[in-house]
This record gives sequence, structure tokens and C-alpha cells, in this order.
Amino acid sequence: MAAASVMDVASIDLVARAMDMASIELVASNLGIDLSTVNLDSIVLPPGEDFGIPSDDEEILQREEPPEFEAGFGNVIIVDNLPVVPQEKFDKLEGVIRKIYSQIGTIREGGLWMPKDPQTEKTLGYCFIEYNTPQEAELAKEKTHGYKLDRAHVFTVNLFDDFDRFMRVPDEWTPAEIKPYTPGENLQQWLTDEKARDQFVICAASETEVMWNDPRQLKPELVYRRTFWTESFVQWSPLGTYLATVHRQGAAVWGGANTFNRLMRYAHPQVKFIDFSPGEKFLVTCSDHEPNNPRDSHRVVLNIFDVRTGKVMRDFKGNADEFSAGGAGGVAGVSWPVFRWGGGKEDKYFARIGKNVISVYETETFTLIDKKSLKVDNVVDFSWSPTDPILAYFVPEIGNQPAKVSLVQIPGKEELRQKNFYNIGDCKMYWQSNGEYLAAKVDRYTKTKKSTYPGFELFRIKERDIPSEALELENKNDKILAFAWEPKGHRFAVIHGDNPRPDVSFYSMKTGRVSKLTTLKGKQANALFWSPAGRFIILAGLKGFNGQLEFYNVDELETMSTNEHFMATDIEWDPTGRYVATSVTSVHEMENGFNMWSFHGKLLYRLPRDHFIQFLWRPRPPSLLTVEKEEEIAKNLKKYSKKYEAEDQDASLLLSEQDREKRKQLLEEWEGWVKKWKRMHEEEKAIRQMLRDGEASDEEEVYEAKEVEVEEVVEVTEEVLPYEFDQE
Amino acid sequence: MRPILMKGHERPLTFLKYNRDGDLLFSCAKDHTPTVWFADNGERLGTYKGHNGAVWCCDVSRDSMRLITGSADQTAKLWNVQTGAQIFTFNFDSPARAVDFSVGDKLAVITTDPFMELTSAIHVKRIARDPDEQTGESVLTIKGPQGRINRAVWGPLNKTIISGGEDAVVRIWDSETGKLLKESDKETGHSKTISSLTKSADGSHFLTGSLDKSAKLWDSRTLTLIKTYVTERPVNACAISPLLDHVVIGGGQDASHVTTTDRRAGKFEAKFFHKILQEEIGGVKGHFGPINALAFNPDGRSFSSGGEDGYVRLHHFDSDYFNIKM
Repeated sequence: MAAASVMDVASIDLVARAMDMASIELVASNLGIDLSTVNLDSIVLPPGEDFGIPSDDEEILQREEPPEFEAGFGNVIIVDNLPVVPQEKFDKLEGVIRKIYSQIGTIREGGLWMPKDPQTEKTLGYCFIEYNTPQEAELAKEKTHGYKLDRAHVFTVNLFDDFDRFMRVPDEWTPAEIKPYTPGENLQQWLTDEKARDQFVICAASETEVMWNDPRQLKPELVYRRTFWTESFVQWSPLGTYLATVHRQGAAVWGGANTFNRLMRYAHPQVKFIDFSPGEKFLVTCSDHEPNNPRDSHRVVLNIFDVRTGKVMRDFKGNADEFSAGGAGGVAGVSWPVFRWGGGKEDKYFARIGKNVISVYETETFTLIDKKSLKVDNVVDFSWSPTDPILAYFVPEIGNQPAKVSLVQIPGKEELRQKNFYNIGDCKMYWQSNGEYLAAKVDRYTKTKKSTYPGFELFRIKERDIPSEALELENKNDKILAFAWEPKGHRFAVIHGDNPRPDVSFYSMKTGRVSKLTTLKGKQANALFWSPAGRFIILAGLKGFNGQLEFYNVDELETMSTNEHFMATDIEWDPTGRYVATSVTSVHEMENGFNMWSFHGKLLYRLPRDHFIQFLWRPRPPSLLTVEKEEEIAKNLKKYSKKYEAEDQDASLLLSEQDREKRKQLLEEWEGWVKKWKRMHEEEKAIRQMLRDGEASDEEEVYEAKEVEVEEVVEVTEEVLPYEFDQE
Repeated sequence: MRPILMKGHERPLTFLKYNRDGDLLFSCAKDHTPTVWFADNGERLGTYKGHNGAVWCCDVSRDSMRLITGSADQTAKLWNVQTGAQIFTFNFDSPARAVDFSVGDKLAVITTDPFMELTSAIHVKRIARDPDEQTGESVLTIKGPQGRINRAVWGPLNKTIISGGEDAVVRIWDSETGKLLKESDKETGHSKTISSLTKSADGSHFLTGSLDKSAKLWDSRTLTLIKTYVTERPVNACAISPLLDHVVIGGGQDASHVTTTDRRAGKFEAKFFHKILQEEIGGVKGHFGPINALAFNPDGRSFSSGGEDGYVRLHHFDSDYFNIKM
């Protein structure tokens, strides 16, 4: 070391220029340095100086550093309101600050800087802290803003970037500039399709495609295709206006009259989940971040955006446990959606469940209703009525307290109905899509408390006092595999059973009491898919049943057809209930793609695609027709359908005509090839014979396919000829 | 169409070949003995013992006297079809894969795999009429393509050699000079390994099957892509009907994935397509492993398939087959 310090910068320069060891030795002897006493590794070059020799590790180091470190000062915070201390106490204060802030994240080397007044040598009452990541900086701001060091010193913490922004706020207010109105595109153009077709989106490998379902042509028609449109998945907004894509930097929505343009971006780094409000006014985005300290839980950031303006209406930040359903904890990660939207399409309320509370927010101010959460001890689950601002929640049995399902009116928070249960385990709630009925599936304990058997409690929400009745299955050993209300209807279907081939039962609420319509025995089904228009249902055997599909008409109580889409994983009805798509997604290696069926189970077409990720129909907004008008159409369906039948006929005629044309063309083309080959073959005959030493037998190479005569028995009929005795 | 099951091989089948008269069927498998069967009733006629490795390919001379086989034991052998005796052994430094007799049976093309430091190669050997004069010298050796060359056949009038293999490119070579004449382009050609290549009866066009789940029909002289047949599974084998405008394509899920899924998922079917309309006509099921080899009887009235399952299935067409209307 001592020898090394002898070498001044100039000599290092010389060494570097000399480069090779021989010249190093020469220079060393010139300077009178014994090289054997010099530890060359201990020579530290001035930072940033490479003497024109590019280092190969440097590049790697640079690459390893995430680019965001260099961009801006996102990872720097400013702590204000520190005590002003003289030089003597400087180290002590710095120690205290370091202790507080290093708990939150890793402070960079030399990343704590407390400036001093050059004259008084006293601190100025603030300091800068530089963290490794912007996330840590943000967390530090959140945790220590308002931290009381003592009575006189309450910390004020700001991000450096914010500070910059605050400084730029002009002192005088100037009225905002009002931009002239520019009409947007008709985002609902797709609804005016002449053939009344529906759109869908598929993601396969890196391709995302929006297509028309064209059942008349028996194939889809491409609307828009884009490679790497999304980084994980896509989602339609609930009314079908927007298509949302998810990217590393945030989410984006797309739409337009004839194509898909980006309408808005929502910045949210590392966004993982997105969710639209039912009226598609708001978009909730969520990300969770790996904690630096493995003992800490995941950090969750939620943003609620206004879809049209792209403005953040409210953000929520916290630990993952706070956002897992029921406050149960234990399970890492977020249970999505965190926020459940209530009150139908008006997007008025949203709520989330916490420990012993349900927090209901309203979207006018994005604050809690009445400034406080609804306090419900031990609540584990809640759900909104799909149409009304009514909330149903479930509290399990604790000690002497019975379990209860309770219906609460929002915003008043009055309890509309409460139902107590004894000796029950879990409870699941199912709303009918019009909010007319609520089914609570409860697991009742048997007397021994060793096992449970299922039962239902059915509430009629729209009737006075919300009457309820209990329903139990005939066989108490049955397990419930699936339950589904008929959309907009009064019926529901249940798959139940305790053997590999379960039964499917249908019930109706129409009559005064719930009544069973029928039970289908021994079905290969484990999932129910009602048509969105009701009446028809698919009893599907997914997973273990390899994609069995039974198309069932509940009005007539008859099976329309049974089919199979081998390995099918997903089933999606189109929003009108006319067609249904079954798909095999990339959970399976083979068979990827989708099949399109008519509502009664006729296979229309198939579209195989490798690495199939998603199939989603574009939702339609609710019909603008009144109930009366709809009934009128249903009554006079024949009159209306005539027009469409004629169109169908024309289309199918055209199709077969095109098909014939195409075939003709293909055959002609082929004829051309054959003719050419024949000619060449003839020309080459002599040479070929020569190659075969004059063997002339070319006959087997004659071109035409030999005419094969085959006798075919068209029909065999037996006729009994009257044999009359008296003729003899 | 009740198939005749021919169980004689103990390992997966690799290749099937009918002689010109259509009365004999030669089969190659990963066990070491090529076998000859009566093409009519599936009775085993005899075996050709002598190879010491999987046999990948074979060809039989026009007069049904000579059989040539290519094997992983780094040899290609000439056999007397009738007696089963070895006539000659061509020794290589790497496994032999495809073999094909020229028109007139005076030349044979043999491909060898890349092995250790050696690249793959196409060799042309002279086949002597008198077995005693047979030598192992190569008339021509072509090198160039990357990866294995799975098939090489003679073009019209022995003027060219057509090859296809792991690099997914179909190539036409000059059989005199070894110069590359034509190459299928990336856009229209296959995107994955070409697993099989068969010529039409007159050699004017040929069909290639590829692991990219398609088979393609090409003009032998100009290498123009004429048709594409798309299936749902990797194609291991294909054949052109000499009688009707049909092609048959076989394959299935890769053998290494078979155990992980249901039997039906494999799609071990021989699929028939209309050669001109490119539409699927039907399928013949039966194998419980991927189909590795397919061949049409020269009379077009029967075909046979060889599978990873070690069976050869010989199918004689029903009369219905000849009445299919498209």
C-alpha cells in the first residue's frame, strides 16, 4: 500500500497507457518502484476514469441496473421539520434519522444528506434520503409522514419529484384553458352491424384478434389484429364499449367506430389485475409488489380511474392482508376483485370487506358513506344485489351467537332482513341477475357434527318483508357441485350427487313455493352455463369429464343435443344467447382453439390456434326495447323472422355458389398441372427407357386413374305378392 | 375395411415400401431387422438379418431383386430380396438415414446424419449389376444443409436429387455436379422439420410432411408449391394415392407426450385429404402411438401404416372408398 501511494496519478496514467506488463515493469524501474512490493489490485483509479480502456465488467454492471434508477429522483425523499442542531449533535441526529429510515428500506450508500448552514454550522432542519427503489421511497413517505420525533418536530415527508412539482405551481391562479369540443368517434358502432352479428376477442400466443362471429358464412371475420397488444390479458368493459389491455406501465382502453384506437392510458406500474365498474365509468387497477424483506407481506397498490378522463379518483395502498377477503389472512396475495360494485349500472357504490367491517364508499366523493365503515363483527363474505343498492353479508356462528345472513340497504344502512342459522358451516350467496331472488347455500352440520349436508335458503327480495324459505335436497349425502340462476328468470339449476355421475335438478320460484321441475339422473356434468336469454342451459363436463356438453331446453324439459368438445376448458355464451363458444386454452398442450356452436348444440365451425389464452364475447349494453315491445316481438316472431330467414337462404345459396366456383377453379388449375406433367413425361419417355436399359414397359406409368367400376346396391325392397289360391 | 394387423417388429416402425408389382411390402423398424410381407394377406415372408442398429429407410429395385436399407449402425446394405443374403455393405462414419434407387436402379442416393464432428451428407453410389463388381465408392457427395436430412429422392430422369430435413427447407440438387439448384423459401415452405417426402407414381410431383402440422405438395421440376394440407398434429408420414386424387397423412402427438394425455388426444389417425380440393375426407384410426410410416399399394386399392406402437396395419379399401363424392 505504501508503495502504491507513491505512484501519483501521472504515473498511473503512464501505466495505463503502457498497458502490457513488460512496459509496466519498464516504467516501474524508471520510477524506481519495486513492482514486487506493489499490490496492483489495490490501485484504485479515480471514479469515472478508464484511461480510454473500456472495461468489460462495466457494461454488465450497467445492464444489471434497472433503467428507472437513473431516470429522475423517484427514489429520493425529503424529510422536513427536523430539529435544527449544531455541529456537535449532528452525528447523533443523523444516527436517529438513519435508524428510522433504514427500517423501511435500504438507504443507498451516501444516500443520507443533511445540509448545513455554512455560516452557523447548524443543520437547516431537513435532509435528503436516497433509497434503492422508488417503491421504498414511496413507502417511507407514507409511513413517516407525520411521524412525531417529539412534540415540536413532526416530520413532513415528500418525494423529491413531488417537491419539484410543488415548486412549479404558480403563485397566482390562472383560469384553466377550456379546450374546444371535438366530437369523438361512435364507440357503439359495432352494435349497428347490419347482420346483427356479435364480436369477440381471442388471444393466442402473441396475437390478439377481434372478430365478427359470422355463423352464416360458418367462419369468423377479422376486424382487427395486433401483435403484442397486451402483455397478459385483455378484458371488455361490461357494456362492451372498451377493450382493456394490460401492460407493464399500466392499463389502456381501446375502441372506436371501425377499428381499435387507444382511447386512454392509465399509468400503474406492474399492474396485475383490472376491473371495470358495471356501468364502465370507473376502472380499478391493482398491483402487488414483492417485499424487500421476506417477513413483510406483499404491498398492494390500488387505483380507481375515471375511464373517460383517465384521472385517478382515489388510490389505496397497504399490505396484502388488508386486501384479502374476509380479513382472514394467511393466504398471500390479493383476492380479486377487492372492490365490489353495487347499485347496478349507476356505479354509485363500491365496497370492500375488512376485519369486522364492510367499507362502503360512494363515487360522488370517493369517501366512506357517513364517514365510517359498516361494523359487522366476524363478517366473512358479502355480495351486492346486481341491480339495487342492497348488500347481503354472512356472519358465521361464533360461540352462542347464531350464524346470520343479513340484507342491508345502502346508503341508509338499514337492515332489511336478517336470517339466523344454527349448526351451519359455510355459506355461499347467489343473486339472480335481476336482483329478484337471493339463494344462500348453507352447509348444515349433521347431529354428530362430523359432516355437513347442503341446504338452501331462498329469499324473494321484491316481495313484501322479503320472505324466505328453506330447500333441502332429497338425498342428504349429496354434495352440491354447481348452482346457477336462470338469467332474468325464475328458475335455477343445481348439480348434486355423491357419485362420479351426479344428478342435475331444476327448480322454479314462480309458484308460491319453490317447486322442483325435474331431476336428470347420472349426468356427466360439473358446470352449468345458462344462456344469457334464459330457457337454454349447457350441462358441461369440464376437466375430469373431458368436455362433455349437453344442450338442454328447460322450457320443454328435453335434451336438444349432446356433444363433446374434447378437453374443453371454457364455455362462453354470446350476449344474445344465440351462439356459444367452447375453447381449449393453453392449460392443455394440445387441441388449443375454440369451437362455435348454435344454441341448440350444432357445431358451426372450429378455429384451432396454438397457445390459446382467451376467448371473450364483446358484451352488449342492455336492450333499449321496453318489456312490452319485447313481448310483442316474441308473440309475432314469425312475422319478424321471415325477413331473416330469406336472408339466411340467400347467404347459404351464395355460399354454396362460391364454393362451387372455388372448386371448379381448383380443378381447372390442377388439370393444367397434370397436362404439363403428361407432356413432360411423354417427352422424357425415350430417355427414361434408355436409363432402364431399353426396358419399354412404361405402361404402369400411364396417367389417368383407371376407371373403377363398382356395383352398388342402391336399395333392396321386399314385396309380398298376394298369392291367390283360387287362381289355380 | 377391417385392417390386418402385422405384428413382427418389436420396436417402432420407421418406413414402409411396396415393390413395383404391389405384392410385397417391406417394413423397417427401430429393431434391427427389415421384414418383407405378402402385401395381400399380411403374412410374413422373411427378414433381412445383419444390421446392428435401427433401420430408417429402404428401397426396392424395379425388378424386385435388390433391397437397399439405411441404418443407424452407420451402414447401408444391399440385399438379395429372394434369399435375404447381404450383397454389399456401404460403410459410413455416421448413421445412414434415407436411401433411394434411381430410375434404372444403377444409382442409389444415401443420406447420412450429422454425427460427432461430421455434418450431414448426401452420397450417390453406383449400383453394379454384378454383385461382385460392387464398390463402396461415392460418385458424388453433397454437403451443406444444417441438421439431419430425413429424406432424399431422385428427381425426374435422375437429373436432380430432392432432399428435406431438419432445417425445414426442400432442396433440389444437380445430381451430376452436386450444385444446389432450387430451395423452398421461408414464406411458403415448412416452418419445422420435414419428416417425410414421397413422390407421386410418375415422379412429377411430391409430397412433404412436416412437424409444423402440415403437408405440402410440390412440383418436382420447378419446386412450385401446389397445395398445402393442414392437420392438427405433427406429420410424420405421408403418401399419395396412385389411383385417386387422394393423399394420406399420418402422425400424432410426439411420443414423449403421449403418456401425459388421453388416448384420444393423440390423434393417431391416418387422415385422407382430397389432393386437389385440400379438404379432409376422413380418417383411419387404430394405432395407439404416432404413425411413423405410410405407403400406398401401387394399385391404389390398399395402404399400410406403421406406428410407434410397433404394428403395421394393412388396410384394403372397401368399395365405398372408391365412390366418395366430393
